[in-house]
Amino acid sequence: MIPASFDYVRATSLSHAIGLLQDDPDGNKLVAGGHTLIPTLKLRLASPALLIDISGIDELRGIEVADCIRIGALTTHAELLASKPLREVLPIFHQAADMIADPQVRNRGTIGGSLANADPAADWPAVVIALKGELELAGPTRRRRIAARDFFVDIMTTALEPGEVLVAIHMPRPNRGAKFRYRKIRHPASGYAVVGVAATLCLRDDIVSEVMIAITGATSRAFAADSASTHLIGKPLSTENIAMAASLTGEQAECLSDHYASADYRKHLVKTEVSRALASLNGA
Amino acid sequence: MTDHTEELHVVTVDVNGVRRTASVEARKLLVHLLRDDLGLTGTHVGCDTSQCGACTVDIDGQAVKSCTVLAVMTSGSSITTIEGLARGGGALHPVQAAFHEHHALQCGFCTPGMIMSVRQMLGQNPNPTESEIRHGLAGNICRCTGYNNIVRAVQSLASEAPRHD
Repeated sequence: MIPASFDYVRATSLSHAIGLLQDDPDGNKLVAGGHTLIPTLKLRLASPALLIDISGIDELRGIEVADCIRIGALTTHAELLASKPLREVLPIFHQAADMIADPQVRNRGTIGGSLANADPAADWPAVVIALKGELELAGPTRRRRIAARDFFVDIMTTALEPGEVLVAIHMPRPNRGAKFRYRKIRHPASGYAVVGVAATLCLRDDIVSEVMIAITGATSRAFAADSASTHLIGKPLSTENIAMAASLTGEQAECLSDHYASADYRKHLVKTEVSRALASLNGA
Repeated sequence: MTDHTEELHVVTVDVNGVRRTASVEARKLLVHLLRDDLGLTGTHVGCDTSQCGACTVDIDGQAVKSCTVLAVMTSGSSITTIEGLARGGGALHPVQAAFHEHHALQCGFCTPGMIMSVRQMLGQNPNPTESEIRHGLAGNICRCTGYNNIVRAVQSLASEAPRHD
């Protein structure tokens, strides 16, 4: 399959890329790993006028683990899987990366591309929401940060404004003793999440002191399961409380339906996967 | 759909140790550069949808699916294809020899991609367990062998005695 013709420029800096994007925000597209965009071009579901290659921009690279954690948008799934400093602080990146696609795809696909594309079944949106991440966006006139939970607007739709580029993901360093889990029911063909659950949890004297649960795959955008978190705070992580959190999350989810999984089935999976994720953190 | 002027881009890559230059349209896929422009037809197009791994090549030390890479984006890279493993018809690469020895292929269509993936896997983990081998080959589909002999071939290359899961 051959894409329709387009022009190509290798951007030399972030401001160069933003300038080119601004020239025609609808017709020009960014490309980094290309593992969503190139298949889309081959199917001719997209035919941009210009591809702006941002893969050589150093500012968009790197994993920094300090008082805060910064992950550059160009970081590949394979780099996230392999990073030992990141695994020590936020092992959920290793857990989730290991479930994404296959080794060759992980070598090219980037976390920034996954987030900016906002596929409702992508894995990273749930992870960055559960970690209370902020996304750093650079535009023609300003730089801003937006909470990950507010970034995903709808299917393939984000809060990125015309001319804006996702630069990096920032996360607070978690409390000592924080526990993490990413689980998903994998679509057998695509590998995407039919339902994915990212959960972070702190227990103090067997009582939940902090918890955040985020769901992907089930609905038109990844979301934070706030009612479940509110229920769990200040309570022990008992079987009954886990069941209630799972049920509340299921109620919150307005699930998608497709030929593989009906909305009812997805809702069932949300409850099951939230239960399993939380149970796995009990005593972990 | 707008027609854009088909401006050609000069791509210079090191392929199997030889510097190669080609003028390509931006839309040209790496697998087509390798097969059609450079005559390296050992890299196969299977599914053409980044699933099957038959087109796997090594770019700067990483196994990638060349049907999902724009040739123009690889300029300046070093690429190794299956032809680069046993150069000049010399001795087979150890992974090739192990596939031969363990009958790890039937029709052979997936084999070049399979071997390029195994090469990367063993570079990162010289002593994989069976489940690590199967997980590591998740991006390569074989419709003949049932995978068992492929796994045996990889196990025969492990640096130590078999490790169990």
